[in-house]
Amino acid sequence: MTDTSLGAGAPSHVAPAGSPPPVNAARKLTTVYVYEAPVRLWHWVNALSILVLCVTGYLIGSPLPTLSGEASAHYMMGTIRFLHFSAGYIFAIGFIGRALWALVGNQYARELFTFPFWKASFWRGLLVEVKWYAFLKPRPLKFVGHNPLAQVFMFWVMVVGGLFMIGTGFALYSEGEGLGSWQDRLFGWIIPALGGSMNVHTFHHLGMWVFIVFVIIHVYSVIREDIMSRQSMVSAITNGYRTFRDDDPE
Amino acid sequence: MLSMISLDYDDTLMASAGHQAEAILDEVMTKYKGNYILAVEGNPPLNEDGMYCIIGGKPFVDQLKKVAKDAKAIISWGSCASYGCVQAARPNPTRATPVHEVIFDKPIIKVPGCPPIAEVMTGVITYMLTFDRIPELDRQGRPKMFYSQRIHDKCYRRPHFDAGQYVEKFDDEGARKGYCLYKMGCKGPTTYNACSTVRWNDGVSFPIQAGHGCIGCSEDGFWDKGSWYARLADINGKGFGVEANADQIGLAAAGVVGGAVALHAAVSALKRAQHKGDAK
Ligand code: HEM
Ligand code: HEM
Ligand code: SF4
Repeated sequence: MTDTSLGAGAPSHVAPAGSPPPVNAARKLTTVYVYEAPVRLWHWVNALSILVLCVTGYLIGSPLPTLSGEASAHYMMGTIRFLHFSAGYIFAIGFIGRALWALVGNQYARELFTFPFWKASFWRGLLVEVKWYAFLKPRPLKFVGHNPLAQVFMFWVMVVGGLFMIGTGFALYSEGEGLGSWQDRLFGWIIPALGGSMNVHTFHHLGMWVFIVFVIIHVYSVIREDIMSRQSMVSAITNGYRTFRDDDPE
Repeated sequence: MLSMISLDYDDTLMASAGHQAEAILDEVMTKYKGNYILAVEGNPPLNEDGMYCIIGGKPFVDQLKKVAKDAKAIISWGSCASYGCVQAARPNPTRATPVHEVIFDKPIIKVPGCPPIAEVMTGVITYMLTFDRIPELDRQGRPKMFYSQRIHDKCYRRPHFDAGQYVEKFDDEGARKGYCLYKMGCKGPTTYNACSTVRWNDGVSFPIQAGHGCIGCSEDGFWDKGSWYARLADINGKGFGVEANADQIGLAAAGVVGGAVALHAAVSALKRAQHKGDAK
């Protein structure tokens, strides 16, 4: 992967990376196509499935008040669980699809799955970004893809956390499907590994709160960046194009 | 059952006592070397060199290891032998240790439950006598024929669970109508055992049928997973003394982060207002 920070130079189609910024840096505002359609589609399907998973998951842990009448007249918990499992499948299949797209998509499609701890530029960018959030720097760097701070959260919550939720989720699902089901053969080992079914429920449930905290931070910082940073945000994930507000090289 | 097996040594049932009793063990070990089944009740405490449990003047763990050496297979009777149970509950002062963490070189069949169901116990032995092999075991070493499904999968109150009809508190309308005990902390959804099919005392009843949730007595560490009357387990903060469930912890974290976000937004707006004038 190439360096996505524009701090060191203008985007490659404006000037070759590494070369000194042109004296008369383009006066027009730069617009870059960042997130391809599958990435954008996945983003919103994924966001929706997580919303459904959190609501229904919470209601599985703390069910709604009791319904009166005959049991045969209702299927409340059954429906809630069905929605959870359906959204769980969508989440998992979406995850796989997104991972495959990372292989064939553009370089920004790969960022989500990488945590480039070996790159000094990543840590430098991260430091600047942290300072920008701590109000210690008047303005952030420019990034075509994710900024390094966002990338840290996306990798650890969305990729690692997502895998954890898929693993524990399908392990719990295997308990209903029974020994020998594919869910059991693939994920059943997770139950004894985490110390029993009750523990898996508890960790899966805690995972939900990690996602909720991530979404709070994510949505806030996206809106804030959209207003205050040097590049557009919401357009990047809706129509794919990111616009930079200034043409300063650094 | 007892007419089919030769129960040579059982510390609670046998007639002989003292040295005579211990001598039988040695006799079994030589006479049926490699051909006897060792069924263990309880578990050895390992702290203080095993001195918390002494049999015939020697630590239980020594006796266990000695007799296990020439056994054909080992059965861990009950949650004590299988998982540690109450004496291994936090903080486990005697370091009570389940059999499979002491004996490594023999097939071990776990028959957990506190106590295990009599029909399940005899079923396991009958199978071994009839087919001369150990029953098929699951990942945790429990016979699949009795432990492959959860209480919840076979519970006669399950239709109320799916419908969304729960006992909200003991003795309410729902309790009298026999609604699902999920909200009363029933551990049926996380417990593998045969209670809801075999039942107890010749099939008379079982806890859920009697109106009380399952406490999960055949699961590993069931003493340490929070209240028997709460659906969500307590998460025990080791070292800082906090017990809270996942929702309390999560809500606190979300609250802190939400507050921080609001504060951050306010400061951001202020800064922006301050610098409005000095844009280039
Ligand atoms: C459950 C809710 C959400 C989740 C889990 C989520 C997750 C993610 C993830 C994983 C990415 C990285 C995309 C990739 O690299 O493939 C991303 C990017 C993005 N999301 Fe969300 N998102 C959620 C809701 C939202 C909402 C409500 C908005 C709009 C306000 C939004 C706006 C964005 C934007 C603008 C980006 C691009 C960020 C950048 O360029 O660095 N997201 N989101
Ligand atoms: C971000 C993703 C997810 C979130 C936030 C989430 C949330 C939750 C929550 C809060 C619970 C209740 C846990 C409890 O206290 O017992 C739960 C249960 C469960 N989840 Fe998820 N989940 C997610 C993904 C998945 C996936 C991918 C699957 C796989 C199909 C799945 C399957 C299950 C199952 C089988 C249960 C247990 C249902 C029951 O006990 O009746 N979950 N989930
Ligand atoms: S009473 Fe317990 S085991 Fe039975 S359906 Fe309800 S939660 Fe499941």
